[in-house]
Amino acid sequence: MLRADFDRNLIKLQDDLLSLGDMVERAIIKSMDALEQRDLKASFEVVQDDELINERRFQLEEDSIDLIATQQPLATDLRALIVALQIAVELERMGDYAEGIGKVSLIIGDEPLFKHIDELRHMSVHARDMLRRSLKALVDRDTAAARQVWDDDDRVDRLYDEVCKELFAGMAREPQTIERATHLLWVAHDLERMADRATNIAERVIFLVTGGQVDDIVENR
Amino acid sequence: MQSAGPILQTKNLNVYYGSKRVVTDVTLDFVRNRITAIIGPSGCGKSTLLRCFNRMNDLIPSATITGQVLFEGQDLYAPHVDPTEIRYQIGMVFQNPNPFPKSIYDNVAFGPKINGFKGNMPELVERSLRRAALWEEVSDRLKSSALALSGGQQQRLCIARALAVEPRVILMDEPCSSLDPIATLAVEDLMRELSQDYSIIIVTHNMQQAARVSDFTAFLMAGHERVGELIEYGDSRQIFTNPKDERTEAYITGRFG
Repeated sequence: MLRADFDRNLIKLQDDLLSLGDMVERAIIKSMDALEQRDLKASFEVVQDDELINERRFQLEEDSIDLIATQQPLATDLRALIVALQIAVELERMGDYAEGIGKVSLIIGDEPLFKHIDELRHMSVHARDMLRRSLKALVDRDTAAARQVWDDDDRVDRLYDEVCKELFAGMAREPQTIERATHLLWVAHDLERMADRATNIAERVIFLVTGGQVDDIVENR
Repeated sequence: MQSAGPILQTKNLNVYYGSKRVVTDVTLDFVRNRITAIIGPSGCGKSTLLRCFNRMNDLIPSATITGQVLFEGQDLYAPHVDPTEIRYQIGMVFQNPNPFPKSIYDNVAFGPKINGFKGNMPELVERSLRRAALWEEVSDRLKSSALALSGGQQQRLCIARALAVEPRVILMDEPCSSLDPIATLAVEDLMRELSQDYSIIIVTHNMQQAARVSDFTAFLMAGHERVGELIEYGDSRQIFTNPKDERTEAYITGRFG
């Protein structure tokens, strides 16, 4: 088999992406648990550990650039490397949103948690699920699964709209809750953006496999 | 006179060496004033195909073709066609620079002289050398031997020599394979420049070069009984980023060949 070494490196790059995905998923879980349980120490750790996620992303970037420079990839190989670079960025940004939730938790401090945590948890479960499925679609080169992730973003958007509506209504009714409600708006926003990033990963998977964009898949349905 | 259609076309072209078929059933249009790359593994018939376009295969006694090669819509293999005349219109640059053991000036003037050129020869030589991006480097030593030039300069001299007879098409068979990377880039720049006025067909083993320099790419491969066939043709960007045929993909990503 020609290019066995290059193939090994491509597989390693994908493994590194998956392990970065794991780190991000753990950060999401930890940030939400810490928020709910008012565990400030854990929230602080989420904020602190984001640096590790950033480092991983830069390492992935360096490895991809090395492979582009030394292997001069074309066709699927080229797309795989470009997509790896892009997915690394998406994952890193998802990590930033988890960090954002950690920071909100620290800002809330000793205050008790405001309501609607269930809806937020619901959103985070969806976002994590989308993250996991988008990476599985990457491994399986499965455009249908990627397309499904892309479609599922609507659910998170709807949940986000509901949470916002309730929080706004609550603020109108009880102006003294505005500050606490605003904190939760930030969390909801972070979760909504996470799901968007997962759909970006799904889009990149479709590009990797077909060389086209997600719209091409819609039209071909 | 420029017309709009393809400059060269092959229609169901088969090439034989004796009774052995080496290229089968190639039907392809070559776009005017564009660079078309022909790529494929060794022995796929790409040089053979290239040599059909200026009847260089005529020099191989056993070579025959069936099907058609059309230049500006005219059958290149029609009985009345003079192959020498064709080679002025469809020039060729070879793998190894092959300047004549003469002066730089005489190399460029050689073709026009034989052709009975009656115009201003020094002007034609200068124009050809300028077009080949060589003038600045040799204008003060036109009378010195072409063999004293570097490889990259020699190859550009061969291009100038081909240009001097005012061809319409330039065929290039691995024109950079004996050049260093810098000389290679100079020839590639020159090709881009020339493609504004000429149609260029290049055979190359260098995938990166084909991707860099060509507008269109044809991928040939030896298939059944090791006969070369056209696997895929398309916009070079498409071929090198998202080929349709898995054999093209395997070849350009270096998984075989």
